[in-house]
Amino acid sequence: MRNIKIIIKKEFKQIFRTRTMLGIIFVMPIIQLLILAQAATYEMKDIRICVIDMDKSSTSRELINKFSASNYFKLSVYANSEKEAESALGHDKADVYINIENGFERNLIRENKSNIMLVVNAIDGARAAVIINYASSVIFDYNSEFRDKYLSIISKEYINPELKTISIVNQNWFNPELDYKTFMVPGLLVLLVSIAGLFLSGMNIVKEKEIGTIEQLNVTPIKKHELIIGKLIPFWIIGLFELGFGLLVAKLFYQTPIIGSLLDLYIFASVFMVLVLGIGFFISNIAATQQQSMFLTWFFTVIFILLSGLFTAIENMPGWAQTITMFNPLKYFIDAVRMILLKGAGLKEIIGYIYILIIYAIIINSLAAIMYKKTV
Amino acid sequence: MNNEFSIEVEHLSKHFGSFRAVDDISFNVKKGEIFGFLGANGAGKSTAMKMLCGLSKPSAGKAKIAGFDIYKDTEKIKKSIGYMSQKFSLYDDLNLKENIQFYAGIYGLNNNLITHKTNELISKFGLENSAKKLLREMPLGWKQKLAFSVAVIHSPEIVFLDEPTGGVDPITRRQFWELIYEAADSGVTVFVTTHYMDEAEYCQRISMMNAGKIVALGSPNELKNSYSADNMDEVFQKIARGN
Repeated sequence: MRNIKIIIKKEFKQIFRTRTMLGIIFVMPIIQLLILAQAATYEMKDIRICVIDMDKSSTSRELINKFSASNYFKLSVYANSEKEAESALGHDKADVYINIENGFERNLIRENKSNIMLVVNAIDGARAAVIINYASSVIFDYNSEFRDKYLSIISKEYINPELKTISIVNQNWFNPELDYKTFMVPGLLVLLVSIAGLFLSGMNIVKEKEIGTIEQLNVTPIKKHELIIGKLIPFWIIGLFELGFGLLVAKLFYQTPIIGSLLDLYIFASVFMVLVLGIGFFISNIAATQQQSMFLTWFFTVIFILLSGLFTAIENMPGWAQTITMFNPLKYFIDAVRMILLKGAGLKEIIGYIYILIIYAIIINSLAAIMYKKTV
Repeated sequence: MNNEFSIEVEHLSKHFGSFRAVDDISFNVKKGEIFGFLGANGAGKSTAMKMLCGLSKPSAGKAKIAGFDIYKDTEKIKKSIGYMSQKFSLYDDLNLKENIQFYAGIYGLNNNLITHKTNELISKFGLENSAKKLLREMPLGWKQKLAFSVAVIHSPEIVFLDEPTGGVDPITRRQFWELIYEAADSGVTVFVTTHYMDEAEYCQRISMMNAGKIVALGSPNELKNSYSADNMDEVFQKIARGN
């Protein structure tokens, strides 16, 4: 115990004596939250729409007006043929084109049914899906408006049972204003804590290897577990402090809701940090220099972030990729932090994740401890 | 085995694949002796020393350090030895006091003793004004002297020095050897590797390694006589050439 305390004391002195460290601890969270939270949004404005109006009826014109009146769409091109519309899409002058065929109004009135074609630039599949969603809701709105108007012209009394409208009313639970910042900021907090933890611990032991002091430590009576624990505890504390500091920034700048209990969040985070530090320590063992450690840490960080569900939903990934995400600690924490902060989930709901992280942490830390040899 | 010896080595070997880095060496070092461990680069000195410190497992042979077996009692050995390597072994971003507190603490010295030893060291070197300076701000010569003093702060039975004076000017080297003598006088066994042949003359006994084997062992005068050389430099030349 005394040795662990001595090591912790030394580590803290060294950490706070390094100026970049203070930057990592205090400046990084602010910059990351302030900039990333603004940039990482799925909200779309000014989708450029190209219109081919073959019908040129009052109904088709009203529909087009609906589009240009909505906040989402901006009429960019009037095309006279499908060819023109395709070229507009091809030359990136429009994100989507809508083709209103000749006879649109007539079919709608006579046959109760008419077709509209939407063609979307789907290079970015997620964006295309959102555009289609927005467009459908505009069309759907117009559809029900048109029906009301048309029916009232024919007869105020007569209501065709087949034409009964089903209106869909969306209720967005847990994030009522559909504010992406509410959704993103908790995830970014996780990113922050993970990056700080991974990089700091990944660099630490390698640094002693590089300057040669590790050899000196190895001939002392320090036990392996004392060294590991003594080196990880300072970063564990810093990581949890980062989380609190990040939460404060999130609360001040984004009014991030904190519905669940902070204690639960911290219980989860404490386990999570043991795992993340274990991974950093593991990397530290493989790498011979700080540079190698940096590269390895980057490699893992990028994979962890992209497969974390922070920017893209895991449910949309192919099956094999979803399997890989099960080994991604960030996925669990991002999920848990959203559940706790936004949904008010308690320990009961996240305990499954905690068990997974505990097992994972034990495996990684044991592996790292076995790999760290005091003998050559 | 006899307990007038601090280091007892019998047929110790270390192989890396088919390469015999250390090939069946045997020697003893008496308590309080200054024992020079010489050899050209790649002769196997460092590998042998690492085995004696418990940093590396031998492939074959026996050895006792401070009476402890190097296979079974590595943790006990670690408590009884001090070590200083050619790489600077103190922390550059800590000051002298903090370095002492760290290393002395690890060796289990209590806080009163640590404070006492720290003050003793500071007044011995007249460093009252530099005690709060980070080590990186001090000249290399000073750092090496301090590293040695910290390596023996827990009064070990043996101190291993791996090329401790590399890159240090002759005057500081002279001072460094005064520290070594001082430690030896107080009963510490000194096991030192070096490339400086004038330093070899300061040792009480010397072993010379070549290609993993000990090819000569004796006091500087004995070696000079048996190789009919005027100084250790000549002895070294003759051995390294294989005569």
